[in-house]
Amino acid sequence: MNTSQSSGPATARSDNHDHPEWAIAPSGNEAVLQVSGDWIVDEAVPASLPDDAFKAVQGGSGSALTVDTTRIGRWDSSLVSFLWSAKQAAARTGMTFDVSQLPRGMQRLFSLLPETPQAPATPHTCIPNPFRTSGIFTLATLDEIGAVTTLGIETARTAPKGLSGHGGMRLRDLLSNIFDAGPSALIIVSVVNFLVGAILAFVGAIQLQKFSADIYVANLVGIACVRELSAVMTAIIMAGRTGGAYAARIATMLGNEEIDALQVFGIPISSYILLPAVLSLMIMMPLLYLYGCLMSIAGGYTVAVGMLPDITGAGYIHQTFYAIDLHQFEFGFMKSIVFAVMIGLTACRIGLKAGRSAADVGTAATSAVVVGIVGVIALDAIFAVIANAVGI
Amino acid sequence: MERDATSQATQTLPTDEVLLSLRDITIGYGSKIIQQNVSMDVKRGSIFAIMGGSGCGKSTILRSMIGLLRPKSGGYTVDGDDYWTGPDSHRTALNRRFGVLFQSGALWSSMTVGENVSLPLEMFTRLDKTMTRNLVELKLGFVGLSHAIDLYPSEISGGMRKRAGLARAMALDPDILFFDEPSAGLDPITSARLDDLILSLRDGLGATIVIVSHELPSLFAIADDGIFLDAQTKTPIAHGAPRDLRAHCTDPQVHAFMNREAYTEASPAEPATKGPITNGH
Repeated sequence: MNTSQSSGPATARSDNHDHPEWAIAPSGNEAVLQVSGDWIVDEAVPASLPDDAFKAVQGGSGSALTVDTTRIGRWDSSLVSFLWSAKQAAARTGMTFDVSQLPRGMQRLFSLLPETPQAPATPHTCIPNPFRTSGIFTLATLDEIGAVTTLGIETARTAPKGLSGHGGMRLRDLLSNIFDAGPSALIIVSVVNFLVGAILAFVGAIQLQKFSADIYVANLVGIACVRELSAVMTAIIMAGRTGGAYAARIATMLGNEEIDALQVFGIPISSYILLPAVLSLMIMMPLLYLYGCLMSIAGGYTVAVGMLPDITGAGYIHQTFYAIDLHQFEFGFMKSIVFAVMIGLTACRIGLKAGRSAADVGTAATSAVVVGIVGVIALDAIFAVIANAVGI
Repeated sequence: MERDATSQATQTLPTDEVLLSLRDITIGYGSKIIQQNVSMDVKRGSIFAIMGGSGCGKSTILRSMIGLLRPKSGGYTVDGDDYWTGPDSHRTALNRRFGVLFQSGALWSSMTVGENVSLPLEMFTRLDKTMTRNLVELKLGFVGLSHAIDLYPSEISGGMRKRAGLARAMALDPDILFFDEPSAGLDPITSARLDDLILSLRDGLGATIVIVSHELPSLFAIADDGIFLDAQTKTPIAHGAPRDLRAHCTDPQVHAFMNREAYTEASPAEPATKGPITNGH
């Protein structure tokens, strides 16, 4: 490497746009870094300074590096950044960097910078241990189940007082929650349940036609939807729609210190937030389930009557009434109430333990939906086992 | 409370009686310690300032004083009553004497400004609708927000939200008020009006006020006493009224803070101040 080098021919191109240049000129025991031209970050970029730029400078350790800025044009932080790296390179060869020759503004900027760049704090990382991770996960899950149960008990305890009107629950909150959970969800509940009934009828019709048992499509659609699918589908819709909304709303209240304000006033969160949320789901979910049953049977009816030549509308309806027992409805009705309580409580719990940033609100909404959906399916499996054991 | 107010009005405030007392409080989250060895006495009727640079734990101390964060150790008494012993209902009862203005106002966003002020009244008193409405209008009148009674928090400005938060904090006529950075983000005129309001509340209602702030003009104007927290040593480094600290405190950091001068922390290995608390007086 030469003691003197430049990034290119040092000819000026125009008055208002000089190409930025730099060169190192040794003068006696010292080195002078000459910079010239316009150093504007979005116009032109000079060659960067090699790490060992000052290795060959005579004098080496202890000598001073001065900067000659007499031929500099316009400059911005790209020049400061270049000189900052020159300072580091000089420091590595033991030279001192003399800022006194720099323009005043640049000296002020240099005074803001530390002598040497600080190493960024290295984040604490540890190798994931599958046993440890699964252990922590299990304990956390059990903790959460406990916390949700506690919330449920607290909410149930405040319910009589809240319903009587002097416990903190406002009727208006309950009504607005009921409206959000119920009537606003009618369209999506209709569409999903209608299509589920129609799909079942399609699948069933093709199979049952082989046995000339076309009319039993009504049994298949009726029993499957009333016992399982309408309750589960409606609950999944509510977990996604209402559960996510509850978690996001409560997490936002947390970030806005609204929950803190409630706590300081001694207004119980269980009656003020949890009760209207859980109660509105408990009221609307069974109704939506019944409505969902109706829609899915309508879906099955449309497909069966339209597709199968032997089935009349009256016959399908008669067969449906004949197939479904009242206690099938009771079972589905009970399940949807349990789903409602589970979705409401977990969503509120996830909202209440969220962090206080905007990203945390998103995370809370997502995990409320995920936990809600998985919870609904898991509870439904438990119900299936119980129903089998009891023989319903 | 009404009785308190009339008896206080004849006295000069602040009094010498200690109302809130913190002894060797250590607070933190998890294994992280925010502040330790915090001891302070708030006299009845005084305006007590918790001061310090950004991130030194001022608001965290305030959160522990209103029951939102249990200290790791130390004692805290309210009017001689140990705050952290006993069941939750004990704290709830003591909190009934508190009014808190949070940093962002923390209005309940699903309710109008008027409903925000009336909810505590509806919950904890048996007043009829007209009486409640009158009280709400009075409290909003104090803070100059009578016109905003039927607006939602999202429809009013940040400064108005803060004043509405103040009206809500006063809803139950508390005798101890906590303000978390009341004038942060307010213009100088609004901020000065808020100072006047705080002084009027103290003199009119005989309230004791704890204020977290680093707004110097406001601190000099209203605070009678205070504590200065240091982020580096995680301890208080000065006690006294901001006015006195500005004039007499010898600690370089406190001096720089009070006189709004640039101050560079000493290197972590050698903290500028250690252990003993320098007194401003």
